[in-house]
Amino acid sequence: MNARQLDENPAGIHLPLDPLPGHTSRGRLERVLRRGEFAVTTELNPPDSADPEDVYNRAKIFDGWVDAINAVDASGANCHMSSVGICALLTRMGYAPIMQIACRDKNRIAIQGDVLGGAAMGVANMLCLTGDGVQAGDQPGAKPVFDLDSMSLLETIRIMRDNGKFLSGRKLTTPPQVFLGCAVNPFAPPYDFRPVHLGKKIAAGAQFAQTQYCFDVPMFKTFMQKARDLGHTEKLFLLCGVGPLASAKTAKWIRSNVPGIHIPDAVIKRLEGAQDQKKEGKQLCIDIINEVKEIPGVAGIHVMAYRQEEYVAEIVDESGVLKGRQPWQREIRRDDQIVAERLDHILHDEITETQVDMVKTAH
Amino acid sequence: MSDKQPTVTQATLVKKAAPKSDYKPADVSPQRRVQRTFAVRLWSIRHSRLLEWFYSRFADVFLLLHPLWKGIGYGRVEAPVKFVEKRVKGFMFDCRMCGQCVLSSTGMSCPMNCPKQLRNGPCGGVRANGNCEVEPDMPCVWVKAWEGSRNMVHGDKILDVQKPVDQSLRETSAWLRVTAQAAAARETTQNPGASA
Repeated sequence: MNARQLDENPAGIHLPLDPLPGHTSRGRLERVLRRGEFAVTTELNPPDSADPEDVYNRAKIFDGWVDAINAVDASGANCHMSSVGICALLTRMGYAPIMQIACRDKNRIAIQGDVLGGAAMGVANMLCLTGDGVQAGDQPGAKPVFDLDSMSLLETIRIMRDNGKFLSGRKLTTPPQVFLGCAVNPFAPPYDFRPVHLGKKIAAGAQFAQTQYCFDVPMFKTFMQKARDLGHTEKLFLLCGVGPLASAKTAKWIRSNVPGIHIPDAVIKRLEGAQDQKKEGKQLCIDIINEVKEIPGVAGIHVMAYRQEEYVAEIVDESGVLKGRQPWQREIRRDDQIVAERLDHILHDEITETQVDMVKTAH
Repeated sequence: MSDKQPTVTQATLVKKAAPKSDYKPADVSPQRRVQRTFAVRLWSIRHSRLLEWFYSRFADVFLLLHPLWKGIGYGRVEAPVKFVEKRVKGFMFDCRMCGQCVLSSTGMSCPMNCPKQLRNGPCGGVRANGNCEVEPDMPCVWVKAWEGSRNMVHGDKILDVQKPVDQSLRETSAWLRVTAQAAAARETTQNPGASA
């Protein structure tokens, strides 16, 4: 308990780790991936509230099961707490957030500012996304910005990090040290362009990638085959997106309403045939994980259990992807623990101590 | 005056079209539904190889005319050239006059027609039938761009990472800019000392 956990700064859990050669960030996720361990990331359902406890409670259920937590940036174009805000809270508590940046809501001025702000707070991983169209969310009347696209966003942050410059060429005094990620969707057309497109993202600066929900393993295998042939998997860590489906009805709804998620008929049939659809959805997710973890070039999984976050631990545990490894978890600090041990009794015991008594017991 | 027919505005068209169709995918405004067809744009993409050939001849002609443009002054020819360019490219490609044309790198499919204005490839939301996530009736600009680029001689230019759009160049002529830049590049290669 008192021994320091792997990948933790002894001076404080909220502080960046020591820089390692060949690493671009000082975060935990890059260390795990570069050590060759099978990484697990997940997504925090952003609260619709201004209470920090909501974020802490939602992060707590992932404790000890995941290597990094995605702080989503208004996913599905719905209003929620911002990814910068969530990252500020999570980094304070020592978690390793992946800050998502969507191009839908901010122009290049705001984005570059957020990158610096995020990096200053200790965000070590950033995921560059295009973002869903505004029509998909709760505010379809909003102005879509899309000043940059995911590719030019990757390139912008890479230039900031490696060349120490803004997009305009102005110099930064301290460049952000971040591990750059991108999203891939192998399950949407044009299918033969997708692997090539991933190569373009690597050229723009992507170091890791998270895929869209994978429900069609053969399709994913074809994609991975092409990606391996092009040599992408040596240059980038690919995390396969997985998640449990709550029921056949949800699956059908997602299929027709959420853009970019491909659910084959066989999956829906399997869910419909089950007694307990929720349990079957979880089992399906574990089965998919067991299949994709064997595919060469897959460096980890990204578990997206929207509104079923409590299942993430079970899914990770039952699929055995961690192979006995224990990701970082928040622990009581040693000094706090000593204080708790020595003074805990005053909370429960009904005693009135006087100075005289204390001197007597001390001798 | 009172018996004058009311003019048909876009709003009336939208109102008329809105209740007629039962097909209402999630959150698509009826405004989109009455927009034009994509026939000409798709023709251009199908004939991307021909247009690529034509475009390179056309650029040569424009470069040959460089002394003429320079004589009149690039600033003065801007307005008439832009007038023609906007209409020709508007008809052929549904051009949005971003002022920094990348048609030759995108299979003759104008990326500014993408509702997200993506210049580097498709987003993850492309529908299974190859249509756009935002405008369900429109074929995805990037699905078409990939098809178009496969027909072209220099189709692999689609793999170049494009810089973000310079918004200050909107509504300016890309033809003249490219010509002026090519002429400047030619001059520096012919007599490298002159520009230094």
